[in-house]
Amino acid sequence: MKILAVSPHLHSGTTTRVLMRDVLIALTPVLLAALYFFRWRALALVLVCVISAVLTELLAARIFKKENKVQDLSAVVTGLLLAFCLPPALPLWMAALGSFFAIFVAKELFGGIGCNIFNPALSGRAFLLASYASFMTTWSRPLDAVTAATPLALAKAGSAVDALTSAAAQAAGQTAVYRDLFWGAVAGSLGETSAAAILLGAAYLFCRRVIDWREPFSYLATVALIMFLAGQAVLFHLLAGGLLLGAFFMSNDYTTTPMSTRGKLIFGIGCGILTSVIRLRGGYPEGVCYAILIMNMFVPLIDRLDLKRQ
Amino acid sequence: MRKLLRLCPTFGLLLGFCPALAVTTALVNALGMGLAFTFVLTFSNFFVALLRRLIPEEIRIPLFIIIVVTFVTVVDMLMAGFAPELYKALGIFIPLIVVNCIILGRAEAFAYKNTVWAALKDGLSNGIWFTFGLAVLAAIRELLGAGSLFGYGLLSPHYVPLLLAVLPPGGFLLIGFILAAINEPQA
Repeated sequence: MKILAVSPHLHSGTTTRVLMRDVLIALTPVLLAALYFFRWRALALVLVCVISAVLTELLAARIFKKENKVQDLSAVVTGLLLAFCLPPALPLWMAALGSFFAIFVAKELFGGIGCNIFNPALSGRAFLLASYASFMTTWSRPLDAVTAATPLALAKAGSAVDALTSAAAQAAGQTAVYRDLFWGAVAGSLGETSAAAILLGAAYLFCRRVIDWREPFSYLATVALIMFLAGQAVLFHLLAGGLLLGAFFMSNDYTTTPMSTRGKLIFGIGCGILTSVIRLRGGYPEGVCYAILIMNMFVPLIDRLDLKRQ
Repeated sequence: MRKLLRLCPTFGLLLGFCPALAVTTALVNALGMGLAFTFVLTFSNFFVALLRRLIPEEIRIPLFIIIVVTFVTVVDMLMAGFAPELYKALGIFIPLIVVNCIILGRAEAFAYKNTVWAALKDGLSNGIWFTFGLAVLAAIRELLGAGSLFGYGLLSPHYVPLLLAVLPPGGFLLIGFILAAINEPQA
């Protein structure tokens, strides 16, 4: 059997730093949307997450006596992505703790960049959700910061989907809802509300060939198919919640996803099935975070099956 | 501290994880479990050593189990009678002491080959160190996860409990941290 060194296995002259810089550029529209909709809360959370991620990285380098790799910007990306999946009203110290967990436990304890099994940003989020559930599920409306439920939470309670799908819903009302979902004027995590900003960033990554189309599109297509078969509003489920953010920026992380073409498709489809099942049948309104984390666990297995086949 | 923790069979031999994870959400439960465990281990060691010439090699394991079960039943009934609240909190984990690998391990590896007096001492010391290990785990988990020790709030009322610490994954993570700390190569 072939033994593989830890990823990333890029020898095209592209360094991790260049890749991460591209990801940061792609995340800029999302950041601007977050700043616009959630104002200073977004700024504070992003700053706290990024700074504590970088500090944790420095601390880990010192504790484990290894080369300090802050230069590769991956800690900045992790901090930023973590901030994007937090609710705007979260206390700042919790964000800092989540960032610490993401970098120290999920990444550095597993051996640092390229060795982690789980996506660090999502691990940080899962850690916070398990520890501080009530804070992590208190959402606020964009712009005026009044406490509100997310579209998916409403859908779980049965009201939004009814409003969207029932024949009685007025056409005008429906387009308004979809318009808000597309531009991002709904309650949700900092970076997940604006589909437009995420798509813009993803388009940049595709143009720069930083990400593969397979995971995001097999992920989105699977969710769309299952929602269609389940008689749900397909477009609603694609736009609402963290699906787009997860599909384009987290389900195709180099380290925590399969290497082969077939593996990437299996990964995306698995994420899609899990997300749909959690949304439709699970206890949570949203399943993107857990779906990706669960599929992360299968990556070594998927990679090994592919090696055997070759 | 590192040496002390290594004496605990859970951290030193990586045995007995089931109770170490399950009952260490509160210090009271951990101490109750440790006590019950020490009682069972001491007596089972004692009787295995006492009867070791009568126990045929081929069927020693079932006979060990019968001895262990006897004392687990005693503990189970005593606890149900005198400490019903603790009994309720520990639940299935009291009967599960029967299959605790530390107890069977000590019977097989030590008591079956040693004198009664040595086996008694071995059982008692292993039980005490196991209790100590559980208490350390439980103290950290209860303090982080509920802000209290023995049910008394120690931290300020503004402390927001880190719920993960008292959930199963928190137990696994903490054991991982402790094992990493005591097995760190240098110093």
